[in-house]
Amino acid sequence: MSMIAADNRGLRLVTRYAVLILIAIIFIFPLVFMLMSSLKPDQQLLQDSGNLRAFLPVGDISLQNYTDAFQRAPVATFVFNSVLVTGVTVALSLLLCSAAGFAFVFVRWKGRDTLLALLLATLILPFETIAIPLLMMVAHLPWVGFDGVSWGWLNSYRVQIIPFIADGLTVFLFVQYFKDLPGELIEAARVEGASWWQIYRKIVMPLSGPIFATAAILKFLVMYNQYLWPLMVTQEEGYRPVMVGLQYFFQLNVAWGEVMAYLSMITVPVLAFYLYLQKAFIASIASTGVKG
Amino acid sequence: MKMFTFAASAAILAWGSAAQAQQTLSMWYHGAGNEVESKIINQIIADFNASQADWKVELQSFPQAAYNDSVVAGALAGNLPDILDVDGPVMPNWAWAGYMQPLQIDEAKIEAFLPGPKGYWDGKLYSIGLWDAAVALVTRQAYLDELGLRTPTLEQPWTKDEFMAALDAAKASGKFEYAFDPGMAWTGEWYPYAFSPFLQSFGGDIVDRTTYKTAEGALNGEAAMAFGEWWQGLFKNGYAAATQDPADRDGGFAAGKYAFSWNGNWAALNTLKAFPDTVFLPAPDFGNGPKIGAASWQFGISASSKHPEGASAFIEFALQDKYLADFSNGIGLIPATKTAAAMTENYKDGGPMAVFFGLTEGQALVRPVTPGYVVQAKVFEKALADIANGADVAATLDAAVDEINADIEKNGGYGH
Repeated sequence: MSMIAADNRGLRLVTRYAVLILIAIIFIFPLVFMLMSSLKPDQQLLQDSGNLRAFLPVGDISLQNYTDAFQRAPVATFVFNSVLVTGVTVALSLLLCSAAGFAFVFVRWKGRDTLLALLLATLILPFETIAIPLLMMVAHLPWVGFDGVSWGWLNSYRVQIIPFIADGLTVFLFVQYFKDLPGELIEAARVEGASWWQIYRKIVMPLSGPIFATAAILKFLVMYNQYLWPLMVTQEEGYRPVMVGLQYFFQLNVAWGEVMAYLSMITVPVLAFYLYLQKAFIASIASTGVKG
Repeated sequence: MKMFTFAASAAILAWGSAAQAQQTLSMWYHGAGNEVESKIINQIIADFNASQADWKVELQSFPQAAYNDSVVAGALAGNLPDILDVDGPVMPNWAWAGYMQPLQIDEAKIEAFLPGPKGYWDGKLYSIGLWDAAVALVTRQAYLDELGLRTPTLEQPWTKDEFMAALDAAKASGKFEYAFDPGMAWTGEWYPYAFSPFLQSFGGDIVDRTTYKTAEGALNGEAAMAFGEWWQGLFKNGYAAATQDPADRDGGFAAGKYAFSWNGNWAALNTLKAFPDTVFLPAPDFGNGPKIGAASWQFGISASSKHPEGASAFIEFALQDKYLADFSNGIGLIPATKTAAAMTENYKDGGPMAVFFGLTEGQALVRPVTPGYVVQAKVFEKALADIANGADVAATLDAAVDEINADIEKNGGYGH
């Protein structure tokens, strides 16, 4: 009897692993294809694309596509710009949106529910619908810098950062998470005379690691993949991010090997960021049911 | 010592005032990511800046695929440069939309230019190109010989029947995956550029060019219907594939998959490398004369430029034969003048691609010169893709006409 139970358990385990491996293959193989293709000359890449060789480091393997990609476009500048814009936006967004979420959940003030409803309503607006009015606005906004007051934000980092710091989705994520925190903790802290800032900093933030990680990953992906907005506001090469840079590789005769090399290079920061926050992200999904 | 101090001060002042006098002109160009093209345009700018003391051109390069969107965004933000480049068929739209102003160059200097690179709208010259591009029916002499086909010439191109007989022969030989590669993998502007000349050769057009106020009759008349049926027949009868892997478009002819390929001069050198006996044949004559598309990228001046005279001076400077030849040698395009062609490796008499100069000179027809073209091109592309995939020809062309006419009406006739 126990033998049969053990056999069933073993079979279930094998089946489970088989399914998991299959799913992993489906998700990993495009990345493997990209990486392997980035090492092959175009002709071989195209020949291999229809069979299993596309996923193997076989044939004429070299780093030539990477060298050529650097010659074709200022890859390092694009990656730096994207990492800078994304990093600053994510950091400021976490700070501002978590503070907003905190105010919506724990602080009582007039018009709170109406404002939250309005904020959530912005979730249904696609960015494309506000892109042109936003462009016309930022093109004429003032800025105070080291050289005094200037007009127009085009061709700058700030035009890629500031409009994206606060957004309805991130505030919503924090609101949902904060609602599940034990209210007694906050009340006890208030009774003890703690300020709102102290409660936010010393009680809420330490308990909210998973949602910070989730919000950071979601924001990171949105910002790192920005294309339309930077295309509209950066006419100078020095401010362009990676996704606009990708277009440098689509000439009349597309150099697919270089495209794959470029994609491999710009995927590294995304993977590194995800792996860094992976545990907290999974914990957040497990505890809140929030999905990216 | 005093004398030296005075001389030094005078020199510094003179240098300073000269530097101040040089007015900066901003310029946008679509060549980012193309190393050779960037090098040539930068050389022209460096030569111009060094040739005079009044103007200094500063370049911002954009990747071609993102260029038009960047210009439109720049126009909305009131941030266009002094000099920009524009794809020939798009120019009337930008001029009509108020993005561009007419050039102030001596038109005597462009008399010898091919017609395609001259960008006229509303009777005024708005843009001028240093080159043109042309499409040819690419095949190998060996195939023509094996299939027993006459080699068509500019004077005596293949008729529709001869062309179809050639496709039949190629198909019957069993040697090829498909007899004809129209280039279905290249979407976007390729469709109106490469395929609308077939329609025009049948006697139809994307829009009625006599008024530019309707597509009725032009795109759904008798000639257009005949074109549509022929076009659908190419795919239905197995001469060509309606959908194509981009890899096959790039390398299919060289791999021997197709007997004939409809392709441009920009791909010619690679084809010649694959098959030294490659021949570039003129477009077939479907009844209304053989036609191919014309007009490529051209220089223009933005409407917001405060220095159109400086921008015009730069453009006029760039029109020198040596620069036309540099672009041609660098990226394989057809120089805009015969004298420049004679200075190139590929287009001089006896050069491997000299035939293209004759093709563009003898067959080229610019795409409809109307601001509505940008919409009409997309409607035409969709209609042709649908017909290739089996949609009813008459219904599809009628729907395309309705869509084009509605757009013309919505935009008040586009100023025609």
